[in-house]
Amino acid sequence: MKVLLSWLQEFAPFPGEDPVALGDVMSDLGMAVESIERIGDGLDGIVVAKVLELRRHPDADKIQLVDVDLGDGVPLQICCGATNLSVGDTVPLATLGTTMPDGMEIARRKMRGEWSNGMLCSGRELGLGDDHSGILLLDGEPALGTPIVEALGITADVLFDLEINPNRPDAMSVAGVARDLAARLDLPFAIPEPQVTEVAGDAASMVSVDILDPDLCGRFHARIIENITVGPSPRHIADRLTALGMRPINNVVDASNYVMLELGIPNHTYDLSKVPGGALRVRWARDGEPIATLDGVDRVLTGGRDGVIADQSDAAVGIAGVMGGAATEISATTTTVLLECAWWQPMAIARSSKFMGLRSEASARFERGTDPEILDLAARRLAELLAPSGAGLLSGAVTVDGALPDPGQVHVRTSRVNRLLGTDLSADDIASLLRPIGFLVDAAAVADADSGEWLVTVPSFRPDTTTETDIIEEIARHHGYSRIAKRVPTSTQTGSFTPLQRDRRVIRQVLVGLGVHEAMPLPFLAPGDLARAGLPGAAVTLTNPLAAEESVLRTSLRPGLLRAIAYNESHRTEGASLFEVGRVFGLPASGVTLPDEREHLAVILSGCEAPAAVEMLTVIAETLGVPEITLDQSVSPAGLHPARSAQIHIEGIVIGEVGEIDPLVLDAFAIRERVAWLQLDVAALLSFPHSEHPYRPISRYPSSDLDLAFETPETVTAGALTGALRSAAGSLLVSIRLFDVFHGGTVPEGFRSLAYRLRLQAGDRTLTDDDVAGVLEAAVDAASALGAILRG
Amino acid sequence: MIDDITRISDAAPATVLAATTLDELRVVESDLLGKKGSLAELKKGLGALDAEGRREVGAALNVARESIEQLVAERRRSLEAIERATMIAAERLDLTETTGHRVRGSVHLVTQTWDRLVDVFVGMGFTVAEGPEVETDWYNFEALNIPAAHPARGMWDTLYVDLGDPETVLLRTHTSPVQIRVMTETPPPIYAVMPGRVYRRDTADATHMPVFHQIEGLVIDRDISFADMAGTLEAFTSAYFGGSIHSRLRPSYFPFTEPSAEYDINCVFCEGSGCRTCSQTGWLELGGCGMVHPNVLRNVGLDGEEWTGFAFGFGLDRLALMRHGVDDIREMYTGDVRFLEQFPS
Repeated sequence: MKVLLSWLQEFAPFPGEDPVALGDVMSDLGMAVESIERIGDGLDGIVVAKVLELRRHPDADKIQLVDVDLGDGVPLQICCGATNLSVGDTVPLATLGTTMPDGMEIARRKMRGEWSNGMLCSGRELGLGDDHSGILLLDGEPALGTPIVEALGITADVLFDLEINPNRPDAMSVAGVARDLAARLDLPFAIPEPQVTEVAGDAASMVSVDILDPDLCGRFHARIIENITVGPSPRHIADRLTALGMRPINNVVDASNYVMLELGIPNHTYDLSKVPGGALRVRWARDGEPIATLDGVDRVLTGGRDGVIADQSDAAVGIAGVMGGAATEISATTTTVLLECAWWQPMAIARSSKFMGLRSEASARFERGTDPEILDLAARRLAELLAPSGAGLLSGAVTVDGALPDPGQVHVRTSRVNRLLGTDLSADDIASLLRPIGFLVDAAAVADADSGEWLVTVPSFRPDTTTETDIIEEIARHHGYSRIAKRVPTSTQTGSFTPLQRDRRVIRQVLVGLGVHEAMPLPFLAPGDLARAGLPGAAVTLTNPLAAEESVLRTSLRPGLLRAIAYNESHRTEGASLFEVGRVFGLPASGVTLPDEREHLAVILSGCEAPAAVEMLTVIAETLGVPEITLDQSVSPAGLHPARSAQIHIEGIVIGEVGEIDPLVLDAFAIRERVAWLQLDVAALLSFPHSEHPYRPISRYPSSDLDLAFETPETVTAGALTGALRSAAGSLLVSIRLFDVFHGGTVPEGFRSLAYRLRLQAGDRTLTDDDVAGVLEAAVDAASALGAILRG
Repeated sequence: MIDDITRISDAAPATVLAATTLDELRVVESDLLGKKGSLAELKKGLGALDAEGRREVGAALNVARESIEQLVAERRRSLEAIERATMIAAERLDLTETTGHRVRGSVHLVTQTWDRLVDVFVGMGFTVAEGPEVETDWYNFEALNIPAAHPARGMWDTLYVDLGDPETVLLRTHTSPVQIRVMTETPPPIYAVMPGRVYRRDTADATHMPVFHQIEGLVIDRDISFADMAGTLEAFTSAYFGGSIHSRLRPSYFPFTEPSAEYDINCVFCEGSGCRTCSQTGWLELGGCGMVHPNVLRNVGLDGEEWTGFAFGFGLDRLALMRHGVDDIREMYTGDVRFLEQFPS
């Protein structure tokens, strides 16, 4: 919503010296000032000049040389790029030394070798409208050399662009903004009574209104304006409309828009001669009902959603609250206007305009709720604006009511106000904050004097206000948010993280220490991305994606991270190591509405083979202290290298997968390097008891190392042999480490040599030779049970 | 014998100096002072002397031994110094000549900001709550006092998913549904923040992504007022942005709070004096806040006469970008290592 300072001043005596300060007050009242524009500012050095001669620039096609006269008869040469000039035109010239509204300084300069002694200006360059198609040509015969401000009759003014919240229907008009502002500044506010002399007659005998659906229209007020001469609006009206962002059309339409902007009452003008019998019927539209609207579009209405105004033949002549029809439009030949000022059900207009995709200045106001009590004032104001053209308002009016909401009355407790705001306001303070913005709070309205409880009557222009809390917000607003003390509540609880939140940080820190970067690919996939990543295609899809490539919710972190690896590779970052902690979305379990949403951890290491990922898994598992992890290579997880991947188990439960990405998948993502992969279900991983890290006493007795190499069948995993050796070594084992793997040489085909170092130690004594021999024997037996033979 | 002793003593300095390594010195030492050394041999002859001769020669032997010991010790010190100097010179390394590369990783900029914010709130006595990213219409809108067809729904461009009845399951447009979950699952008092990923139907550009992050806060207790909200946000502002940065509240509208406010902070670039980032206003709009709407309390089964509270929320990505001067939000989401590695902590 834009407002002009001069327009606001018609309602209250606002000081004009400091528009910024005035804007700050508007912002503080919740009408945020988005910009302040000073109209007429910066036009000081711009004067009227006359084009004497037009000449070709000797050295440029797109510039011509213009000789102008500033009234002294001395030709002054200007270089000008515009082509709309003719000899004899009067135009604005920015003289040397002028600072333009946009800050540009005009100086004497050469353009392609020719002097330019100033600049001829377009409308936009002067801050007057948006026209930049050519130089502004002045009307009439303004005296040469006259300041342009004088020649154009520009009055200095200030334009505020305000952001109005949806709960401020009252602030959708100049008068409403003025009311709010005047209240805060303690200035008298009044909407002037229109000075209009009514023409004798009886509008009621010429117009009839029938509200068939009272739930659509709360009030329909109709009046007749005669002796219309359609023509351009007076300058001050057209200028104000332009400033507020509306295009002047003709005096009737402009007066209609002017009233809407000024009083917040959208209205509609019909050419009475096109409304048979002056009869209007208000009803819900029928499904499929056609109407040609003012904008030249043939529309089809939806039953029960859109409202219409129909003529006596029941043909729709307007869409209620949204847009008028073409059939009854004002034209050059219109002499009598039927004026509609109506109150439409806000939700009906909101629905209608939203689904029709037709939002107008009118619908924006109706859907917030307009003031049903000033419809006649608005009609008379419109007639007042048209009176100079000879138009006359006919006596009499037709007012028909449908279902209008009752003016609200709300109990407001002083104690509740202070409790919610943390203030110390008295009942009188509250009343004096509410009264200036139209709320009725008087002695008769005391509901309970002892407890300071008011019965507040809500004004007709504040339909948003229906509850005590709504009114408390108004009290807070006018008291001033900044005047409410800042107090820190004493939390009755201790701040803390959940175990999951702590563990997540631990996991991230471990991976960062291992040289991995956290990435956050978008969770949207294109159809087919899952298949390309070797994963099942079933996934939750978006109903209204922005693009097909973002229409599937990921079921795995893999496609996004593969894409990131491909991106890095294509930008010459080989060997990228990335991880992600994020949600994945499976189809809902039966009987459940929401997807099977899980948090996964994935690590992707390009240029690495599977063991790199296993090592990361080991470090994570050891840091978290989860129970022993086993890898089941008998199952190859989808999309992973069939011979280089495993399911990750803890106590027989699957918690993730590890290995290398299938070469076919790498091809599909155009990745050249090998890629190691680790994926864990965070909740599953952390569901096991962990992070205990109980203390193991460190023995003071010497330890003894046992190095053993086994010829092990390729069919037996190192993990299985390690496990067997560990349990065979029993309580004397401190650590076991695989330190060498060897193929070939004396090792027979189908076997490889696995070399282990077992460190043995007792907590209570020095080991004897018998101790070590016992472990050796048990280890050899356990290994041979797996087919692994101790090497000599 | 005295002559023999004198001869050995006189020759000793040259003999000791002739040792040029510690090993040679050990041999010299042993030759002169050892059990079978020259002095020891002479000592054996003491027995053949009379008492006075023994005293005289014994004293001369002791003097000779002490002086030779001193010579050897001095020579050892000097040889040790030479040997150490030689070893050190031989081991000289150019420490800038490193060829191995131990790499460090990085936590994502969003996570870093998330953690920093959450740490401040935990310090202020808040817990941290999370919830699903795919939500029902009830949690995301209805319970928050935004019924279907409410004009305020236009404030969020919602992405719906093909589950349940049309437009009933969606990608949460804010983390507010977590507030509803907290209020329905835990009895007050509640002091919680909810950081999380949210979704809007927005085309990606330098300042927008369809996926971004928010943090919201919720306090429900007896006698919680607007003043408590203003104070909490002020305390957070100074704790997070620094003591010279303050907050202000301006009236606004949200369906789920009343009174509602915009939450602004002093521009962190110019500290309030006005610059390009803050359009010369000295203030940055950070987010929204307000007293929890009575309808929201009713929807979660709380008595608004007994319990009051406030909620606030703001975007997290912009804070991450602002901190490092990143001018395009899309950079954070490509996974480009050249971007990620710039922000190790």
